[in-house]
Amino acid sequence: MATAPAKNDIAGAFKDAGFWALVALGLFLPLIGFRAVQDIHNELTLETRWPLLFAFVAIVAAGRLLHNLLIAPWRERRRVAARAAVGAPHWSARLGSVLAPLFIGFALAYPAIAVWLAGAGGAVKWIDNFGIQILIYVMLGFGLNIVVGLAGLLDLGYVAFYAVGAYSYALLAQTFGFSFFMLLPVAGILAAFWGMMLGFPVLRLRGDYLAIVTLAFGEIIRLVLINWVPVTNGYAGIASIPRPTFFGIPFNASDEGFAAVFGLPLSPIYRLVFLYYIILALALLNSFVTVRLRRLPVGRAWEALREDEIACRSLGINTTNTKLTAFAIGAGFGGFAGAFFAARQGFISPESFTFMESATILSIVVLGGMGSQIGVAIAAIAMIGGTEALRELDVLKEVFGNDFDPTQYRMLLFGFAMVLIMVVRPRGLIAAREASVHLAARKKISGALVREGRG
Amino acid sequence: MTALLRVEHLTMRFGGLVAVNDLSFTTNRGDITALIGPNGAGKTTVFNCITGFYKPSEGRIALAHGAPEIWEELAALTQRDARSVARGDGALFLLERMPDYLVAHRAKVARTFQNIRLFSGMSVLENLLVAQHNPLMAASGYTALGIFGIGNYGRAERAAIAAARHWLDLTGLTDRADDPAGDLPYGAQRRLEIARAMCTEPVLLCLDEPAAGLNPRETAELNELILRIRSDHNVSVLLIEHDMSVVMEISDHVVVLDYGVKIADNVPAAVRDDPKVIAAYLGVEDKEVGRVEAEVGL
Ligand SMILES: Nc1ncnc2c1ncn2[C@@H]1O[C@H](COP(=O)(O)OP(=O)(O)OP(=O)(O)O)[C@@H](O)[C@H]1O
Ligand SMILES: [Mg+2]
Repeated sequence: MATAPAKNDIAGAFKDAGFWALVALGLFLPLIGFRAVQDIHNELTLETRWPLLFAFVAIVAAGRLLHNLLIAPWRERRRVAARAAVGAPHWSARLGSVLAPLFIGFALAYPAIAVWLAGAGGAVKWIDNFGIQILIYVMLGFGLNIVVGLAGLLDLGYVAFYAVGAYSYALLAQTFGFSFFMLLPVAGILAAFWGMMLGFPVLRLRGDYLAIVTLAFGEIIRLVLINWVPVTNGYAGIASIPRPTFFGIPFNASDEGFAAVFGLPLSPIYRLVFLYYIILALALLNSFVTVRLRRLPVGRAWEALREDEIACRSLGINTTNTKLTAFAIGAGFGGFAGAFFAARQGFISPESFTFMESATILSIVVLGGMGSQIGVAIAAIAMIGGTEALRELDVLKEVFGNDFDPTQYRMLLFGFAMVLIMVVRPRGLIAAREASVHLAARKKISGALVREGRG
Repeated sequence: MTALLRVEHLTMRFGGLVAVNDLSFTTNRGDITALIGPNGAGKTTVFNCITGFYKPSEGRIALAHGAPEIWEELAALTQRDARSVARGDGALFLLERMPDYLVAHRAKVARTFQNIRLFSGMSVLENLLVAQHNPLMAASGYTALGIFGIGNYGRAERAAIAAARHWLDLTGLTDRADDPAGDLPYGAQRRLEIARAMCTEPVLLCLDEPAAGLNPRETAELNELILRIRSDHNVSVLLIEHDMSVVMEISDHVVVLDYGVKIADNVPAAVRDDPKVIAAYLGVEDKEVGRVEAEVGL
């Protein structure tokens, strides 16, 4: 890669931009410049798209120019400033402790705000698609954060535990008719058990190798769900999974239903608000447990493991057990989220547990700043909320025509967000960590010193 | 004089390379034993064998706790397929049979590393608490009780912080307790690594080049610290060091390695004048030592 030219070197900046424009031209000429189309005689003809090609090349050139003239010098200045203040944590470090109570307060009041602003009918979408959906991913992000952020074990198959939790609840609830709240811990324990099963064989592996095996494990679970038809019903999935009830009162239109019992008008909103508070409680519980674990020896051992495994062993720490507990607890939280997901959807199928989900959860953890809970929450809101918000952007249809579907651009935006964060804040939104114990003063530790797990 | 550690016929091969060749030596309780030799002599490899990081190709490494009579069990223990034996207040360990973390946890051998291995993103105090993982883990009921705040974990943690505080005071790091370990200057990192090793309450402390990169004042402080550890905490020390001012001043006994072979094993003064040792350090044949010594003006 050509290095960015020095500050104020305008000629160099243009030359560099021209070079990248040429590269883009070479790359996009076959990709965008030509298109094979089938005409009415079913014959393939080559169509050229010069204006589009030109537009792409121009975007690359302009982007590079912008980078050379504005962004690179700005980043250089920032680097110099950062070097001057070595070890001093970024301002965002303090953000975490300020934001946490605000977040929790807002999350608690959110259904009321939604109903107040959008009315009972309009709030359904806001509570379900935004509130509950985001909180599921917050929960998953917190769980994976234990494995990846704290223990530093790169897990690309986290969705497997989400799936185990979901299927455990679905099958046990359908077969034995146990209630949601009874099965929630069972789903968590089963997922944790599978976390250990995954842990045993892979603990000798490190870094990339560990990532590949966990990736494979995620796929194995999905393939088992697809092919073990007598139990899981394969691709067709499991339908009419029992919904959680309000202390035995179901949310339905019957005479024993929630609305009838409390003399309220029939509306799906009660069920959604109830579900919202369940997942909020689970996420808060998860967060609370993680905070406590970090202050216990096991949590400190996780972080020490992420920093240096050999040093851990020289201090008498059984690293195998330590990794297993991280896998198991992380997986257990994934299982809770899975059980909730199954109970909320009422229908699950292997489609919901693809690698894409693992990747999304991992991006949330990485974007949020590994190990930071508040960072994970912000990243989940931005990524999941952002995806949902794309559906709302009907205005764009008026600009780009009726065929334009903004959700199609989800992955593109995802990618852009990822690149942007990695350029601007390579260690995630909230990169500083707070020591779990202190002698005199509570100090933040700059993310630059915190090592990222290498397995 | 009772033996603490007996290394017998230790051989470590890496493929065709014999890094340690039939090495035997004994470390007595309360002694500071120095292991010296030119670069690549196999010193760190010996440490890695003792602390369980390498499985020796051949040989026996035995360590005793408590009453010296426990050594009588050595032959029987070697015969059996066991790692350790306990009798009365004594215990005997065969380190070559134990995994690294158990060597630290059960046999109570602590070590530092030639290239410092601190948890640099954790605070100095956290580094010292991680070192007390095993007792704290037990106090937290292996997390099961601690997570609900049951039991006396709080008291155990306060005691652990007090122990850490003791070592911070001894190593002069109290002011930096809440700073990230990676932020400390080099000399302080070396001291912190020793403090961290001591927080595991070892009987044997293995220091791999603790004076490397220190200035003369820091080296003098290090000597004092090691002597202090030995006298106040009843710990024996095994020391790899290139800095002869450290070796000659504080060690009771020096073992010299060259190409994995022991070439001397004696008190410091005798080792210093041993022609074989001088030859090894100067990289010449035995018989040329006299000539070379004359040349360099020894
Ligand atoms: N894991 C390993 N695999 C292969 N060879 C090794 C390994 N560890 C050490 N060696 C080799 O064994 C020999 C002894 O190395 P060792 O690190 O023990 O030397 P040392 O005496 O500690 O040297 P220094 O004073 O430079 O630290 C060297 O030739 C080294 O290359
Ligand atoms: Mg060495």
